[in-house]
Amino acid sequence: MDLQKVSILNKQEITPNVFLIEFKRTFNFIPGQIIGLTNNLDLPPRLYSICSSPANKNIAILFNVKSDGKLTPPLADTKLGDSVWITPVQGKFIFNNEPSWWIATGTGIAPFYSMLKSGQRPLKLIQGGRAIDDFYFSNEFKQLPDYIKCSSQYAGEGFYNSRLTKYLKEYTHLPTDINYYLCGSAEMVVDVRNLLICKGIPFGNIITEIYF
Amino acid sequence: MKQNLFGKTLNELKEVCTELNLPAFTAKQIAQWLYQKEILDIEEMTNLSKKNRELLSANYQFGRVLPLKVQESVDGTKKYLFPAQGNSFIETAVIPDADRKTVCVSSQVGCKMGCLFCMTGRQGFQNNLTAGEIVNQYRSIGEWPNITNLVYMGMGEPFDNLDEVLKSLEILTEDWGFALSPKRITVSSIGIIPAMKRFLENSKCHLAISMHTPFDEERKNLMPIEQVYAIKDVIKEIKAFDFGLQRRVSFEYIMFKGVNDTPAHVKELAKLLNGIKCRMNLIRFHPIPDSPLVGTDDETLQEFKEALNKKGVLTTIRASRGMDIFAACGLLSTKELIKQQEKDY
Repeated sequence: MDLQKVSILNKQEITPNVFLIEFKRTFNFIPGQIIGLTNNLDLPPRLYSICSSPANKNIAILFNVKSDGKLTPPLADTKLGDSVWITPVQGKFIFNNEPSWWIATGTGIAPFYSMLKSGQRPLKLIQGGRAIDDFYFSNEFKQLPDYIKCSSQYAGEGFYNSRLTKYLKEYTHLPTDINYYLCGSAEMVVDVRNLLICKGIPFGNIITEIYF
Repeated sequence: MKQNLFGKTLNELKEVCTELNLPAFTAKQIAQWLYQKEILDIEEMTNLSKKNRELLSANYQFGRVLPLKVQESVDGTKKYLFPAQGNSFIETAVIPDADRKTVCVSSQVGCKMGCLFCMTGRQGFQNNLTAGEIVNQYRSIGEWPNITNLVYMGMGEPFDNLDEVLKSLEILTEDWGFALSPKRITVSSIGIIPAMKRFLENSKCHLAISMHTPFDEERKNLMPIEQVYAIKDVIKEIKAFDFGLQRRVSFEYIMFKGVNDTPAHVKELAKLLNGIKCRMNLIRFHPIPDSPLVGTDDETLQEFKEALNKKGVLTTIRASRGMDIFAACGLLSTKELIKQQEKDY
């Protein structure tokens, strides 16, 4: 496999157990694309959406630590200057600038952050999470004209206090002539896709990215 | 909880013997008891000394699991439900035919791939199966001595759990294991390229690829994996690999009315598969609840098959089996699944 060795230039724990790491950008990419990353050549690279602007001199990757995982616990322990290996950029979860809603949970927000940082805008962003800490980059997304945060646990101001599937279920007259970009766990993506289809959205208008 | 012996490869059994200070040759004896004899308890491994059996039993359990439930179709197809980790279930289908009996095993509990036409994806992903849990689906069904073929086409994406799938293939095909011919085993995948290359290099079993459309944009709508590993790139890798004379590659193609059953699809498929010695299996769509997809009618299905054959793509229509017991993957276990975890969205 074609792997490139890069050094970690920045590492930030943006919320407990969720990290943003950066390394030098040596290639061009389109927001929404992914790279494979590993810190151990014996482990196959795991795919991550790029979480930075194509104009940045660094590439950023957002990940949460899976306690039983082989990759993310040691990745969380890396120090600045440590090496990781990345694959060439790939992927086609690319925003076509047509009217769209973006829907994400967890680290599934990463491609949308990259899109936002490159000046792309949705009609609406719906971000789902359990607790207030799960709404990564919300300070920057709040510049969007229509930004909905659905929290199943937090009921404070500016939050819709339930799951995003409930928000969508209750939403009357979902626009059927726009695109819906979904990114997150397989379970969320499949649930939301089925819900959208049941509400009359043509399946060709639903663009999905699944983390596996 | 004690570890299972069932599902360990010969090398892993050697490690067990080293750990317990058992003679090295004991590993092969244990493998024969696990995979070639009719026992369910370490105590029955009678060519091991009593002391060694006690030592093994103190640290390990035999590890085979019997099915919880079996349903039988009017056409003889059977569907077994096995318990898996965390209050979940896996499905195994046994499909009898004139001169063969095929077992269809699952490789994961649930699936991460989110294909639009698949019921398993609606469970989300829960667990990877261990090699033992995969092989158990073959060994713990009543028909196992008469099984002629084994396909990895049940729940889950085998190449998303490749380490355990490769271990299970080793147990099924090696002389110390079940000694099945790799020509009797087919692993079906949606085409995760790095894992597919590893599988091709490390196994001799047949490969089946779920294609469902040759067109990139259309496949993205049906199968999110297309965003990452395009079917054209999958085909490119297959063309570059030497399958030899014995090994086979086939493509699965579920027919959806008005979606992927047009003459344009025939033309593009013929173009894409040009140069590959392969078979195309057309599959009738078994409707799932709330799906926007509808199966192609039989007449169009026949025409599609004939058109592909005329273009030189060897094409067959897979007979639908076990429709009265929802033998298509995911339907039974999704119904049984009791979700206990809170969703985070």
